[in-house]
Amino acid sequence: MTAAGLSAPGAPRRRRADRRLLGLAAALAALLVLNVAVTPNFLNLQTLAVNASQVATIAIVALGMTLVIASGGIDLSVGAVMAVAGALAPLIFLSPWGVANPGPGLAASVAVPLLVAAACGVFNGALVAFLGVQPIIATLILFISGRGIAQVLTNGNLQTFTNPDFTWLGTGRVLGLPVQGWIALALTLVIALVVRRTIYGRQLLAMGGNARAAALAGVPVARVTIATYTLAATLAGLAGLIVVAQNSASDAARIGQLMELDAIAAAVVGGAALTGGRAPVLGTLLGAVFIQLVGYTLIANGVPDEATLIVTAGIIVAAVRLQDGRRRG
Amino acid sequence: MTGIDKAFGGVPALRGASLRVLPGEVHAIVGQNGAGKSTLIKILTGVHRRDAGTVLWQGGSIEPKSPREAQAAGIATIYQELTLVPQRSVTENIVLGYEPRTRLGLIDWRAAEARTRAVLARFGIDIDIRRPLGRYPTAIQQLVAIGRAASMEAKLLIMDEPTSSLDEREVEVLFGVIRALRAEGTAILYVSHFLDELFEVCDGVTIMRDGRTVGESRIAATTRLDLIAAMLGRDADEIRAAGRTELSVGRAATGAVFLDAANLSAGGRLRDVSLQVRAGEIVGLAGLLGSGRTEAARAIFGLDRLSGGTIAVDGTPRRIDTPRAAIAAGMAFLTEDRKVEGIVPDLSVRENLTLALLPRLTRMGVVDEGRERRIVEGFIRSLGIKAADMDQPIRELSGGNQQKVLLGRWLATEPRLLILDEPTRGVDVGAKLEIQAIIARHVEKGCAVLLISSEFEELIEGAHGIVVLQEGRSVRRLSNPGVTEPMLIAAIAAAPGAGGA
Repeated sequence: MTAAGLSAPGAPRRRRADRRLLGLAAALAALLVLNVAVTPNFLNLQTLAVNASQVATIAIVALGMTLVIASGGIDLSVGAVMAVAGALAPLIFLSPWGVANPGPGLAASVAVPLLVAAACGVFNGALVAFLGVQPIIATLILFISGRGIAQVLTNGNLQTFTNPDFTWLGTGRVLGLPVQGWIALALTLVIALVVRRTIYGRQLLAMGGNARAAALAGVPVARVTIATYTLAATLAGLAGLIVVAQNSASDAARIGQLMELDAIAAAVVGGAALTGGRAPVLGTLLGAVFIQLVGYTLIANGVPDEATLIVTAGIIVAAVRLQDGRRRG
Repeated sequence: MTGIDKAFGGVPALRGASLRVLPGEVHAIVGQNGAGKSTLIKILTGVHRRDAGTVLWQGGSIEPKSPREAQAAGIATIYQELTLVPQRSVTENIVLGYEPRTRLGLIDWRAAEARTRAVLARFGIDIDIRRPLGRYPTAIQQLVAIGRAASMEAKLLIMDEPTSSLDEREVEVLFGVIRALRAEGTAILYVSHFLDELFEVCDGVTIMRDGRTVGESRIAATTRLDLIAAMLGRDADEIRAAGRTELSVGRAATGAVFLDAANLSAGGRLRDVSLQVRAGEIVGLAGLLGSGRTEAARAIFGLDRLSGGTIAVDGTPRRIDTPRAAIAAGMAFLTEDRKVEGIVPDLSVRENLTLALLPRLTRMGVVDEGRERRIVEGFIRSLGIKAADMDQPIRELSGGNQQKVLLGRWLATEPRLLILDEPTRGVDVGAKLEIQAIIARHVEKGCAVLLISSEFEELIEGAHGIVVLQEGRSVRRLSNPGVTEPMLIAAIAAAPGAGGA
């Protein structure tokens, strides 16, 4: 804080959020350099593609999670919502109608699961906004029942299928990189813009930062809350479709398992604060990539899986600790 | 307690304060906000340590280092916010921390329940002691808290605003218990903003102002007016004399009535408030703490559900049940608590300033940032906001500058009625004058203002009319020019009318 007065409107002061992002980017760069040095065949399009396809679903879910966390809430139901969407899609294109009308069938098998996922989000949001249920409890309802619904839909069976049009979502390549990687990247940019430029984004941050002040200033708190949970659930639904497309199989018991925790971890490493009021969208993407890359680095260098989990946990602790320091500092 | 000094970070909170409570007496402490009542009590109960002075307790000097130590000495406190565990049973709450044990070290529930029954029977309370405490009304919970304190054989029981969440009938029950305790020889230290209550249950009273004890007297030997005069540091005779001069001055020339609120009631504390504010007029709301000033403002702005009364804006009756509706009707509300209800700390000066205006800066959901920046720049200049730049987080600004940003947040919406709750509290003198000047400028342009202030000077010099509230009712309207400070104090202090509670 130097002189009073204004700098030119075109050159705003670098904000703390940007500095946080730079720190994470630097850590990521260091990790990349390390990999180039020690990991065999690291600089290889195939390596990049594998990592991108693995991280994409986590990143997509984490984007929604970041918004929910920014509102001051949390969404435990994302994994279950993925399972619901993922179970629905094959049911639609494998149905007699879907087989008879492949074009509309394909469209419906993407659109309907997304709409159902969105409805799950409306349910979560309404519980939080109108009934005042604590977010962790409100989303616990679908966390428990969502996967059950998905298993009932599929009679608990593993559905396998061959549908190249649908599996393109999880296995296709564009410019040498997996489709879902591009989707995650595009969504990150869109949501970053939504947070930064739209009234929704601004009201979300205000509400998460100080709900009472926001309500007093006329922010439609209930509407913003519901929109946020709906967005998060829709993104989870999309991730569910991608997972099913990737595997050419839908197993309601497995899709999106533990995804809620991965998504929270990515958001927290990316700089989200569970107290709300901050939505570091780009940070979330970097956070997801960082966690992915740490895991890959260890596995590619022969460290056993279990140890990788412990290191990931350590990174999250470090990220939270950094956050704390910054808050007090 | 004599000669007590206490400073927080160099700022003196108590300067030679004293307090004397006799055994078996109900003793009141009164004083304005910040007079040092709570600090004095917290020293007595071991929450704070004194810097100087002596505390004599039953003939010996004590210096409790923790609430538990004070409790062991026989000094128990019942706080404003209840500090019991609502999910647990009445019995568990009474014995919590002092559970009777069996020989095996387990809790002896039979003894615990027997003790609980005995304690409650003393106050004539007959409830199911196995039910969770939270199922009972606040009054019962409060009585259980008192019972808990009494069961620890407290010699001195401190009650901090015990009636603030009770209705009139419950207050009577509480007073009955207080009298019963007094009859048993327990001394009670009673802190309340409701002066009438003191005359009902208290024997003695200590008056504090600015960290000092400025008076002590038997309650029978004093009057409501004397107490208020001492609390405010004015001369009682002067107030009496002024109270007799019924000056009625013609109202200043102003515009049409913008807000017409009639017989508003809401919750327990807003009972019957009527007021009108004209365009280009400042109407002050005066009254003691707890008189319903903030509650009236909250009701008008749609924050609390009205249980009675009507609000008309521009002569048309309006239903205002949310802040959004109030904003749409042309109102703005600068709240008293800047931190809790005002700033969004992590957002920038710019984002805070345009929060209420945002819907009007938005096209197709996208904020027009160019326009936003121009507007914010204009306010930073015209309000003299000192910030490194408009993207600086608001939490880094000084209190006065934060307040200016919040004022800007509302002025940006071009309100027709600005409700200001203690707009200059906690800001330095320079910023205070600037804020007052900004308000005056907008009034000249036809904005109506409803001003809540504890500073008489601000009301008398600034307001065209002053509505005086007492215990949730509007009791008088004074018109400027002609209002003097003694006159205002007399109106605030006047005994409630025959229709009062």
